Amino acid sequence: MTAADRTATRRTRPGDDIDWAAPADDDLSGSGGAAGPPGGPRPPRRRLFGDRIGSVEVLAFLLIGLVIFREPLANLISDPRLQTWTTVFVSVMVQAMPFLVFGVVLSAVIAVFVPRSFWAKALPKHPALAVPVASAAGVVLPGCECGSVPIAGSLIRRGVAPAAALAFLLAAPAINPIVLVATAVAFPNNPEMVVGRGVASLLVAVVMGWLWLRLGRTDWIRLPHRPDLDDLSRARAFWAAVRHDIMHAGGFLVIGAMAAASINVLVPERWLQTLADNPVLSILALAVLAVLLSICSEADAFVAASLSQFSLTSRLVFLVVGPMVDLKLVSMQAGTFGRRFAYRFAPATFLIAVVVAVAVGTVLL
Amino acid sequence: MNKQAQGVVLLLLGGAVVRASVTDMYLRYVKEALQPFLIVAGLLLIAAAVMTLWHDLRRRSSPAPAVGVHAGHGHAVDDGPGDADDGHGHAHHEPRVGWLLILPVLGLLLVAPPALGSYAVAQAGTALSSEQASSDYPPLPDGDPAEISVLDYASRAIFDEGRSLDGRNVRLTGFVTDGPDGEPMLARIVLSCCAADGRPIKVGMDGSAPTGLPADTWIEVVGRYSDRIGTDPVNGASIPYLAVESWQQIDAPRQQYE
Repeated sequence: MTAADRTATRRTRPGDDIDWAAPADDDLSGSGGAAGPPGGPRPPRRRLFGDRIGSVEVLAFLLIGLVIFREPLANLISDPRLQTWTTVFVSVMVQAMPFLVFGVVLSAVIAVFVPRSFWAKALPKHPALAVPVASAAGVVLPGCECGSVPIAGSLIRRGVAPAAALAFLLAAPAINPIVLVATAVAFPNNPEMVVGRGVASLLVAVVMGWLWLRLGRTDWIRLPHRPDLDDLSRARAFWAAVRHDIMHAGGFLVIGAMAAASINVLVPERWLQTLADNPVLSILALAVLAVLLSICSEADAFVAASLSQFSLTSRLVFLVVGPMVDLKLVSMQAGTFGRRFAYRFAPATFLIAVVVAVAVGTVLL
Repeated sequence: MNKQAQGVVLLLLGGAVVRASVTDMYLRYVKEALQPFLIVAGLLLIAAAVMTLWHDLRRRSSPAPAVGVHAGHGHAVDDGPGDADDGHGHAHHEPRVGWLLILPVLGLLLVAPPALGSYAVAQAGTALSSEQASSDYPPLPDGDPAEISVLDYASRAIFDEGRSLDGRNVRLTGFVTDGPDGEPMLARIVLSCCAADGRPIKVGMDGSAPTGLPADTWIEVVGRYSDRIGTDPVNGASIPYLAVESWQQIDAPRQQYE
C-alpha cells in the first residue's frame, strides 16, 4: 500500500477514527522505535481540498454540533437507565483520571529520565529472579491498575525483561499499601482476608512472570510506536511521552469504562443471588463479575464486603482477579502491548488467579 | 488525530476535570478526598496540552528547519500538521483511540449526569453486611433529634438490635425510592471510591411516612427506632424500619453520598 493509498483510505472515513485494533496490525518496524524512515526527505505534502480538513477541523465541527444539539441529546439520556449508565461511565473516568495521569507521568519519567543502566543494576540479572523482585516492588506503587499499564510498557521499552515488567504490572495494583488497608477496613472482622489477598496476588504475579519466561514469546508484545524520545531534548521528550500515553491509554480506558458502565446497568444484582448457594458456581460467578465490573482495586474490597451472600473464598477470588484482569485493563493492555498479547495473557492470568485464590482461600479462610 | 487536535482534546479534558473538581460537581461521581488529586491531574493535562500546542507551534513557525528536523529524526514526534502527511504510517494509527477521550469531556461539560438515584437503588441490594458489624456502638451524638447517617441508623438497628437507639429521636437525610411492595423507602447511596461501586442503604418507613412524593425527592425524616425488619428481595439482606414522626422535603445536599 502506498502512502497515497493510505491517505485515501484514511480520508474516506474521518469520523471512524476509533480503530483501536490498529496498533496490533502495525508492522513490527513501528514498535522498535529505531526503525524510522531512512533519513530521506518526506514525500511532498499534498494540498488538495481534502487535506485541508484535518482532525482539528473535524474536532471543531463535532464540538459545535454537540453544543447546538445539546438539548435533544440531554433529552435522549433522560431515561433512568441511560442516565445511570452516564453517571457510572463519567465517574469511572473521573476516578481513574488522577491515577492514569500520575501513572503516565511516572512512566514518562522512567522513559526519559531514568537511564537504561539503572534497571540492569536494580533488578537481578537472571529473569527468573527478577520476576519475584519486580512483583514485590509493586508494594511501593500506591495506585490502581490504570496507572500500572503504561508504567509496565515503559519498563519493557527501557530494557526490563518482559516477564519482570508483567509481574510488576499484575502485582502493583493488588498488593500496594492503600489497597491492603482498604481491604482491612472493608473486612474488619476478617483480617485473614488481607493476608489472603496479599499472598494470593503476589503468588499469581510471580507464577505469571515465570510462565511468561517459559511460554511467552516476545513477538506477541507489540508496543505502539511511541515518539522516538532519544533524539529530543528532555523536556520535549517528556511531554511527547505524556501526550502520547494519555491519548493512548486514556482512549482504551474510555472503552473499558463504557463496558463497565454497561455491565453495571445491565446485570442486576438479583441474578447473583441464585448463584451464591453453590460453592463452585459462586466462585466462578464472582471471578467473572470481577472481570466485568472493572472496579478500581482500591474500591473492590468494599464491594466484595457487600456481597455478603457469597463465601469468603469466592470473595477472595473476586479480590485477586479484579485488579489483574478486567474489561478496562484488557482493553488498555490490548492497546499498550498489542492484541495478540492481551488475548493470551488475560485468560491465562484469569485462570491462574482463580486457581491460586481458591488454594489460598482453602488454606487461610 | 494530529498533534494539534490531541492538544485540544487534552486541553478540554484537563479543563473539564478542573472545572468539575473546583465546583462541587465531582461529588456526584467520586469521594471528596479525591479533589486535590483531581485538580493536580487536571492541571497536568492542561500543561501537557499547552506543551503539545507550543511545541507544535514552534515547529510550524520555523518551517524550513523543521523539514530538516523531520529528515534527521524520522517521523517520530512530528506527525506533521495534518493527518494527510502519512509518509510512513505507524505514528498515526494509534492515537486514533484518543478520539474517545472526547466522550468523558462531553459527559462532564455537556451532560453532567446527576448523582446515582432511585434507579440504582432498585438495581442493587441494601449494602448492610455482617462484616461491617462492630461489637459495640458508641452512644448517639447529642441533640434531639440526633443527626445520624442512614448507614449508621441501619447498622445500629440491625446489628445492635436498636439498643443504642432506644428512646432517642433521630434525624435521617436521604431520598425517596419505591420499595419492593410499592411503599416509599428512604435510601442513601454509600460510596467507597466512585459511583461504580455505589451501594444503596435502604430504610423502611413506618408511622406517618411521607406519601405521594416522587422517587428521588430528598427528605429529612425524624423518628424513632422500630423493631420491624423487612427483607430486600434483591439480596435477601435485612432492611430496618424507622417509625417516622415528621418529615420535610429538602434540597439535595451537597454530598449526596455517604
